[in-house]
Amino acid sequence: MSIRKALRNVRRQPVSTLFSFVGSVLVLFIIFTLFNMIFRQLVFESQGLFEACADPSVVGSIMLTLYTSFLATLIAMIIGTPLAYVLARHDFPGKSIVESIIDVPVIIPHTVAGIALYTFFMRRSAVGAAFSNIGIIFEDSMWGIVVAMLFVSTPFYVNAAREGFQSINPRLERVARTLGASQWKAFCRITLPLAVRHLFSGAVMAWARGISEFGAVIMIAFYPMIVPTLIFYEFTTHGLKGSQPIAVLMILVCFFVFIILRASTKYWGRRR
Amino acid sequence: MITLEKVSHEWGDFSLKNVTLSVNEGEYFIILGPTAAGKTLILETIAGFYIPREGGIFLNEKNITHIPPEKRNIGFVYQDYSLFPHMTVEENIAFGLKMRKNPKREVETRVQNVMDSMHISHLKGRLPSTLSGGEQQRVALARALVIDPDALLLDEPLSALDPRTQESLREELKRIHKVRGTTTIHVTHDQDEALTLADRIGVIMNGKVVQVDTPYKVFNEPVNEEIASFVGVENIIEGKIISSENGVALVEIRNYQIHALSNLTGGEVNVFVRPENIILSKGKLESSARNSISGTITNVTQYGATFRIYMDNGLSALVTKQAIEELGLKIGENAYASFKATATHLIRR
Repeated sequence: MSIRKALRNVRRQPVSTLFSFVGSVLVLFIIFTLFNMIFRQLVFESQGLFEACADPSVVGSIMLTLYTSFLATLIAMIIGTPLAYVLARHDFPGKSIVESIIDVPVIIPHTVAGIALYTFFMRRSAVGAAFSNIGIIFEDSMWGIVVAMLFVSTPFYVNAAREGFQSINPRLERVARTLGASQWKAFCRITLPLAVRHLFSGAVMAWARGISEFGAVIMIAFYPMIVPTLIFYEFTTHGLKGSQPIAVLMILVCFFVFIILRASTKYWGRRR
Repeated sequence: MITLEKVSHEWGDFSLKNVTLSVNEGEYFIILGPTAAGKTLILETIAGFYIPREGGIFLNEKNITHIPPEKRNIGFVYQDYSLFPHMTVEENIAFGLKMRKNPKREVETRVQNVMDSMHISHLKGRLPSTLSGGEQQRVALARALVIDPDALLLDEPLSALDPRTQESLREELKRIHKVRGTTTIHVTHDQDEALTLADRIGVIMNGKVVQVDTPYKVFNEPVNEEIASFVGVENIIEGKIISSENGVALVEIRNYQIHALSNLTGGEVNVFVRPENIILSKGKLESSARNSISGTITNVTQYGATFRIYMDNGLSALVTKQAIEELGLKIGENAYASFKATATHLIRR
């Protein structure tokens, strides 16, 4: 766009121009904060980054974080998809209460969620005792991390899935039924394929939310250490020198994964 | 044959009240009514999306009230076509046959046959979003017809189309019905559609079936004032029968009298006369069969290709531009409105 053209646009839409300038402050705030850290690490302290890459405890922690969050997302999808469908398609008394309950994990402080999860799942509680009978223990174990992540990431998945189902005209399912599809088949053949993009991006958001969880996790499972816990531990014992390389490594891994996932979301459901 | 027996149901703002209706085998039945009268609700109840609170639905004498939609074998076409956006035209049409687990070879032949007969074979690899409204509607019809339904339900199938496409699809519906003879229920608020397509019309208002008749009867002899004004009977005039002889009543209206064909022999009545049945002239038309009422023109408005003339005697007529020029019909001019005794319909007030 030529400068003259740009100037003409400014004169025509002064408010939008002003808003663009103001809005860019937020974007720059995010970019500079992260870029500053990554840049310093890569350029001035690349040695620390290589050491972190070679440290089995760091690599193990990253793998554990990605894996536990993946499990939490999987559980959220298996239980959350039917829930989202019912919320999108049906009205029932107390529906708005159910919708509010789903949003609660977003609102409450995560340390609070952590205490609640701990008291609910600890071995001395009824639920924790029941699970320990079948060999699943939550305190300081991988399952503790998974339930904490599930708790905080559920709203992201369920809300995205519900919006996805709502965006599909229910008449499509009805027509499918007149053509001989049972309700289950109409769901699998019509609604699910049409909603898949929403479900996928909801799952990506839930997964990302799980990876970033710290407060709720440490209350129930300080060990094994997921990356946020490890960074906190390194920061309090060795300061920036110990924690920053892990932080940068985690960011790079996350970027890489999300770029791939984003690209595949774009590719999916292109047939519409 | 489809029968509804005393069906009552409420859904949001819409309701059906004690609907009893019988559509004969092979009949093209039109449900006519204003917006929000409950027309779509009737179709969706027949298709099985709702179980009525009261009453029963019968398809070929079998009670289907509690049978799920997928077991009813009823074809359904919505106003917005509701094609599956992630499937090609061919996949859309094949859907019903695949659900019925027909062998692959048979599915292919039947889909090809129906596409040929609907002239949409060239679209088979396309996605619905790339089709025009008329093309989408043909695909939706093909998808409903390929399963050989026992009945075909059409929910305002033409109302989202432009006038030219509407006309060609109207012809198409007529042809399909002639060839296949599928019992069809077609919901619309469009009178032209009802007139050209229907074997019989059921008029529905506020969730109630108010008249079921041939198109001629509905349009010329509506049973009440509400239907009359809905089907375009512009002239609804209050009068009083003063005498009756051999089925012809003499009705006094304001300061004039008319002859009307009616079984009624006395009392206060409403007189219905369709505006297109009124002929305007400068002088009085002398004929025993005709009513010829003089009056002053109070307004002239254009109505599509024709003009509507309003007169101070309470009558209005439709005339062509040519007639306006030849007769010199202008506001303030005098004219005679003439119509046959058979062109009137009386109902008790």
